[in-house]
Amino acid sequence: MNPVNYLQILQLAAPETIVTLTVLVVLGADLTMLRGKSIATRFNVGALLSILGCASAAVFAFTRHVEFNLFNGLLVVSPQSDFVKVALLVLTIFTVLISTSGKFTDHVGEYLSLILLATIGLMFLVSTEDLLMIFIALELASLSLYILTAFNKRNAKSSEAALKYFLFGGMSAAFLLFGFSLLYGISGSTSLPEIARSLQGRGLDPLLLVAIVTTVIGFGFKVAAVPFHLWAPDAYEGAPTPSAVFIAAGSKVASFYVLAKIFTLGFVGAEGSAVWHGYVSGWMPVVAIVAALSMVLGNLTAIVQSSVKRLLAYSAIAHAGYMLLGVLSNTPVSASAMMFYVITYALTVIGAFGVVAVVEDVTGGDAIANFNGLSRRAPGLSLCLLVFLLSLGGIPPLAGFIGKFFLFSAAVGAEKNLGLLWLVILAIAMSAVSFYYYLRVLKAAYVLDAAADAPAIKVPSLSLFAIMLLAALVILLGCAPGLLMRFL
Amino acid sequence: MLAWTIYISFIGVLVLMLLPRDNARAARIVALLTAIAGCVVAFVGAMQQSNPGEVTTIVKADWIPSIGAKYFLAADGISLVLVVLTGLAAIAGILFSWNIEKRTKEFFAFYLALIGAVYGVFLSFDVLLLFMFYELTIIPKYFLIARWGSTRKEYGAMKLAIYSFVGSHLVLIGLIAAWVVARSQLGHASLDLIELSQVSFPIAFQHWVFPLVFVGFAILAGMWPFHTWAPTGHVAAPTAGSMLLAGVVMKLGAYGCLRVAMLMFPEGVRMWQGEIACLAVAGIVYGAGVALVQRDFKFVIGYSSVSHMGFVLLGLATLNTIGLDGAVLQMFSHGIIAGLLFAVVGRMVYDRTHTRDFNDLETMQLGKQLPFAGVTFVIAGIASMGLPGFSGFIAELQVLMGAWTVFPKLTILSGVGILIGVAYTLRAVQKGFYSDAPPAPADHDHPLEPISLPERFGAVMLIAASLIIGLFPSLLMNWIEPCFTSPLSMFGRLLAKGVAQ
Repeated sequence: MNPVNYLQILQLAAPETIVTLTVLVVLGADLTMLRGKSIATRFNVGALLSILGCASAAVFAFTRHVEFNLFNGLLVVSPQSDFVKVALLVLTIFTVLISTSGKFTDHVGEYLSLILLATIGLMFLVSTEDLLMIFIALELASLSLYILTAFNKRNAKSSEAALKYFLFGGMSAAFLLFGFSLLYGISGSTSLPEIARSLQGRGLDPLLLVAIVTTVIGFGFKVAAVPFHLWAPDAYEGAPTPSAVFIAAGSKVASFYVLAKIFTLGFVGAEGSAVWHGYVSGWMPVVAIVAALSMVLGNLTAIVQSSVKRLLAYSAIAHAGYMLLGVLSNTPVSASAMMFYVITYALTVIGAFGVVAVVEDVTGGDAIANFNGLSRRAPGLSLCLLVFLLSLGGIPPLAGFIGKFFLFSAAVGAEKNLGLLWLVILAIAMSAVSFYYYLRVLKAAYVLDAAADAPAIKVPSLSLFAIMLLAALVILLGCAPGLLMRFL
Repeated sequence: MLAWTIYISFIGVLVLMLLPRDNARAARIVALLTAIAGCVVAFVGAMQQSNPGEVTTIVKADWIPSIGAKYFLAADGISLVLVVLTGLAAIAGILFSWNIEKRTKEFFAFYLALIGAVYGVFLSFDVLLLFMFYELTIIPKYFLIARWGSTRKEYGAMKLAIYSFVGSHLVLIGLIAAWVVARSQLGHASLDLIELSQVSFPIAFQHWVFPLVFVGFAILAGMWPFHTWAPTGHVAAPTAGSMLLAGVVMKLGAYGCLRVAMLMFPEGVRMWQGEIACLAVAGIVYGAGVALVQRDFKFVIGYSSVSHMGFVLLGLATLNTIGLDGAVLQMFSHGIIAGLLFAVVGRMVYDRTHTRDFNDLETMQLGKQLPFAGVTFVIAGIASMGLPGFSGFIAELQVLMGAWTVFPKLTILSGVGILIGVAYTLRAVQKGFYSDAPPAPADHDHPLEPISLPERFGAVMLIAASLIIGLFPSLLMNWIEPCFTSPLSMFGRLLAKGVAQ
């Protein structure tokens, strides 16, 4: 065995290292210099430090062009994984920006550093092809997210949500670990390419089948796909909004990236087929069922929600269904289409939650009725909400539409004779359904009038800046998707 | 040049958004100027087009190379006709919504966004671009109706939005499937309509994909039995909204049927030709029949739109030059006439009397109180019945002539529809304006406000347009006909075997 070169590891993991240092700086600054200052000041300074750290890590990852595979997949650095890290860091920056107006906690330094810690976990998650490392990185991110969910100590719902999230999460981690242990048992290795090599020619024995199913369960939980979604609406509703944003955005991007990697890299030869009338058992049919269920249940349940956060949670479940189509198609084109979709979805959903957070702060609730007359009370904000929700609904020329087009056309083209068309038809039909509930929120904002005594909405300038930037990005990526697509 | 119709409209939207909130007057003027500028550009651009039979490129640039999408705007004679129609309808709609006082600036912003997107659909020769503009129309439509409409406006608006969205999603499924098939044939990804129109899709594929795409578009064209959004939507909409819905939005659907569905899947059309014609005639007769028994004045016009759009679909189903000519001309003609009818009912009558119920209107002697409205409605009614001298006559005649050679029995049936059309129009004229029912005691404290200048302008403009085309149909036929007859026509494949049948 070669001697370990620590300097090299540090170099390869430099973006993660920078963020780790940022965590320490943010914590230190908050505990020393900022003691006794107002919460707003502490949030602003802490956010500034976090953003600086994330931005420099992002710049570093974006400008280096390294292709390296350390210890047989334990740490893999490639331009593509670096770009996903950049996307994660950008999402974190937006999350931090939106959290600055938060009034839910006194523990500013801890809150921000937990967000950053979760980011580190996600960054490691995307740069490894090793089961053990995947699990550790996932747990680092998940544990941070559990705490972030519980962070609003004044709200019982927050604790309830966190407990639910934690219990479900623990259970799914157990499933995942079980599946991974079986994979290790079958192949004698934790590295995904090695596993694939030893699986070849084995056929689909029961052990492998169990491993596949438990892996789907573990990740199905992470991405909130039906039937492992039950925690999501409660967590989205109860958690402080920036935490919910992080669960919906950053965590999703990384989870989908690694999910696709495990299936397409690790389970080569066990694909099976989900083609209409051409069913072959393997991981594809399992994923296809989960995808179909998520699309149908997520969209139909969202229709009856009255809380906008819960509505967004169910819409997130539905979107997870669409994204699974990208995993299922299993071609290079569909992989990049999926990443495009996930990243633009994450940007959009941060924006939507940002608007919800502002409205909730002013009106005291997130029911659809609280959005009444928003277009009069805060025209800029409601225009941004329009952009975000229409993008989620898939209206051109916004990013959500072009993402859907990429994703669906890749899925249709993936199999011979348009084999996956049935799933695409289902997806498109369901996205027509989704339009209805997005429009309900917009109707409140644009058509209905606010109560006469409704207070004016003053939007915190940092949040507004972030939200507008996001709206601009959503429009820009919809009109010129090539800007993002060429990195994926 | 023609591309500026789109840009000008969206610039207008931006300018409106920057205006101060309470200045209704400025908003109106900006909107009117934008619409006039768009219309002028449309006219001048159309005149400059030397060879309307061919597709003349306006802009062509790579947009999303990985899927073969281009920013491709172009025009042939059919586009020209519809672009000019949009220009006229836009101006008229603004003239007839001069009295909007509630959130004027937002109203016109949505209105111009709708107009811009409609121009975009008519000028796009890239399927994805066309689809984008097509979907872009849904949102402004929804808000125009839901916010500024009347009777059950939220229901009507949501119904329209959902019908449109479902329709466009049917189209999307078909387009994605067609894109994949075409890619394997062409060897490269393409969404260029001209390229796609040369791909021969497998017959079995066309057999199921054509009805999907066709129905997806035809929902918006008010094809029976998917027309039910039309009456409720038209009735719920504010006057300008109904004018645009009937005037141009329904044309979007018919245009999509012709330009996308029929162009790309000629074999598919031939397989489904009979069924389309049957549904078209069912729409003609049913729409007219239902219009005959309405109590609400606006519902009469709403159902008459369904009936008249049936002629467009019938013309498309004939697959011969004369029928297709008629169909396109009918799009123009109905756009003008329906706009005028809705203007009279919605703006001149309803905004003043606040009722559209014939029982109430009968006692009001509107023919005496609002002579201008009465006369306008009579003229519009005559035009709508299809009397010679107006554009509707030429259009429907051509459709019927085209249909006679293919579907003689159905043609006779649609003749019945025309007769009922005469009946419901006369009934509406009589009950709405010239009833001999005993007049209710006139309310001298609140006399009806006289017809304003913008309304007069708008009405005269629309009547003139219909009359000019009725008397000199060649003005438009010179644009439409070459599209089907020229040897370079993109519809050659569609017509080649259609004639042989």
